[in-house]
Amino acid sequence: MSTEPGPGNAPAAAEVQSWRLVTTLAVAGMLAGLLIVLVFQWAHPRILDHQERAVTAAVDVVLSGPERTERYFVVDGELRAEAPEGSDTLKLARVFLGFDASDAPIGYAVRGGEAGFQDIITVLFGYHPARDEVLGMLVLDNKETPGLGDRIVKDMAFVEAFQGVRAPIRGVKAGSGSGAEAEVDMITGATISSRAVIDIINHRIEALGPILKRHLETRVAGSGASQ
Amino acid sequence: MRATTPTEDLLRGIWRENPVLIQLLGLCPALAVTNTVANGIAMGLATTFVLLGSSLLVSLLSDYIPKEVRISAYILIIATFVTLVDLILAALVPDIHKALGAFIALIVVNCIILGRQEAFASRRPVGRALLDAAGTSMGFMIALLMMSGFRELLGNGSLLGIDVMGPGFEPWIIMILPAGGFFMLGFILLALAWWQGSAQPPVKPRRWPNGVTTITHANAAPREREKVVA
Amino acid sequence: MNDLIWILISAMVVNNFTLALFLGLCPFLGVSGRVATALRMGAANIFVMVITSLAVWFLNTFVLADAPYLRIISFIVVIASLVQIVEMAIKKLSPALFRELGIFLPLITTNCAILGLAIFQTNRGYGLAEGLFFAVGAGLGVTLALVLMASIRERIELSDVPALARNMGLVLILAGTLSLAFTGFAGLFSS
Repeated sequence: MSTEPGPGNAPAAAEVQSWRLVTTLAVAGMLAGLLIVLVFQWAHPRILDHQERAVTAAVDVVLSGPERTERYFVVDGELRAEAPEGSDTLKLARVFLGFDASDAPIGYAVRGGEAGFQDIITVLFGYHPARDEVLGMLVLDNKETPGLGDRIVKDMAFVEAFQGVRAPIRGVKAGSGSGAEAEVDMITGATISSRAVIDIINHRIEALGPILKRHLETRVAGSGASQ
Repeated sequence: MRATTPTEDLLRGIWRENPVLIQLLGLCPALAVTNTVANGIAMGLATTFVLLGSSLLVSLLSDYIPKEVRISAYILIIATFVTLVDLILAALVPDIHKALGAFIALIVVNCIILGRQEAFASRRPVGRALLDAAGTSMGFMIALLMMSGFRELLGNGSLLGIDVMGPGFEPWIIMILPAGGFFMLGFILLALAWWQGSAQPPVKPRRWPNGVTTITHANAAPREREKVVA
Repeated sequence: MNDLIWILISAMVVNNFTLALFLGLCPFLGVSGRVATALRMGAANIFVMVITSLAVWFLNTFVLADAPYLRIISFIVVIASLVQIVEMAIKKLSPALFRELGIFLPLITTNCAILGLAIFQTNRGYGLAEGLFFAVGAGLGVTLALVLMASIRERIELSDVPALARNMGLVLILAGTLSLAFTGFAGLFSS
């Protein structure tokens, strides 16, 4: 569908061509956009739903099955139920406060991420600020060496060692610990990955511990329930 | 270009002009997501969807797209389908979507797809374009299955997550590491070269009384059969 | 500052774009026959990556915040246009540089390394500085891989390679060995 080039036609042909180029791309772009928006409308609620479920499942694991949870944003050194106007909620740190069946608070689920052996490790852990106790740990994301570093996920003895350990945690070589309350045996052959997990938890507790402690006291005092 | 039959269009991409193993295109996903069979299959299906969809649209619209902007238009169409498959995977199978990660979006720059549009779909009617796309996709899937099958079997002792090799098997972790991807593809290409080479009968040099040595190519045309070597 | 250095070194050697993340394989396996060529390809890559990183940051911050589904399309369109503009600019401003780099620039458009950079930067939520350090590290890593492969191939050019492995078979096994060597960089920053 191109015009024949000829002595009188050449300039007109060039003009028509560039107008057609732009129009074709514009039309194609609009159709593409329309199609994408339609599928997006269908897909987006499902995607959000999956993300919610994943978060809930992870919090469930580290807080040992709470009846209900409340979500708080960490804003300017304190916990707030709602994010301030205009802030990017994805950039704010979030914690979840879990309650058991008798509406007593179980503890906070806190997320942290730092560089491990290969790349960044992301950990979710449960924490009770008043007792200074870590309730459980779940590795959300890691790129550690399969068979070696990824034992931080697969070695259940390591994962369960975090249930009920005191903060700040001390990592010790397997077998050489004294069995103290704050000790966790590191995985042989995955020392750096194990240490990274322990460091993540310790650093987050250092950063958020006082804030969570304050919040728990006001929350408990406000509701009148016992700890 | 001589006219091809529909069957040829379909079968050509599967083996003889296999996009990964013969043409060596689309290596990025073939190496990156073949650490497990499940990921390989998912990537194969996603690429199939994009290839079929874009071949269909490119073939339908090729008459209306001016020559100058054709590459941009093809890329736009391909990018649209990739966005669609990304959304659909995230909505239906979030675990697989997370495992494939950025490589779903990288289907856009998979040379196989743009190559097929430029070389074939833009010049042929819809039916042929679809056959060609189907054949190429099957070829891609076969290559992915070969790579991921061996890598998961040797590197994890399992296939599709099911333990196949038993408890006494010490897995070759290297096969799951990036290096294993390179090695596995290299070995497959070596095996292919050996198989193609051994399909020819072996040649034996023959010494003539006057000192000339020739070798016989059994598969060559009669006049070309004897070649002087020394 | 510590984080930025970690981002750069991690992108350069620990998670090398070519040898660990499998991005940018077409030039790696195809162009890497001569060290001089490889260096130029790498330089072009770094250049385009840095500019892309800026453009992607701009897009993510100001344009795409409300329309995340348009990400792939806008990235690829922006990358293709950028490469086109950069090529024309270099041609006009420095013909010598264009002669050195020019032919490689169009090859970079469909190079998965550039789009991969854009996507990783977006997924990890890097800001402006982090994105730039990431781009420089990634570009240096790609250059490193290209130059290493080219120098090896130069050396073995006259070696007696079995017919089976000539060309691709050998290159892939070499790449695997290089990749294996680079896994030694893991754990570089750990205490």
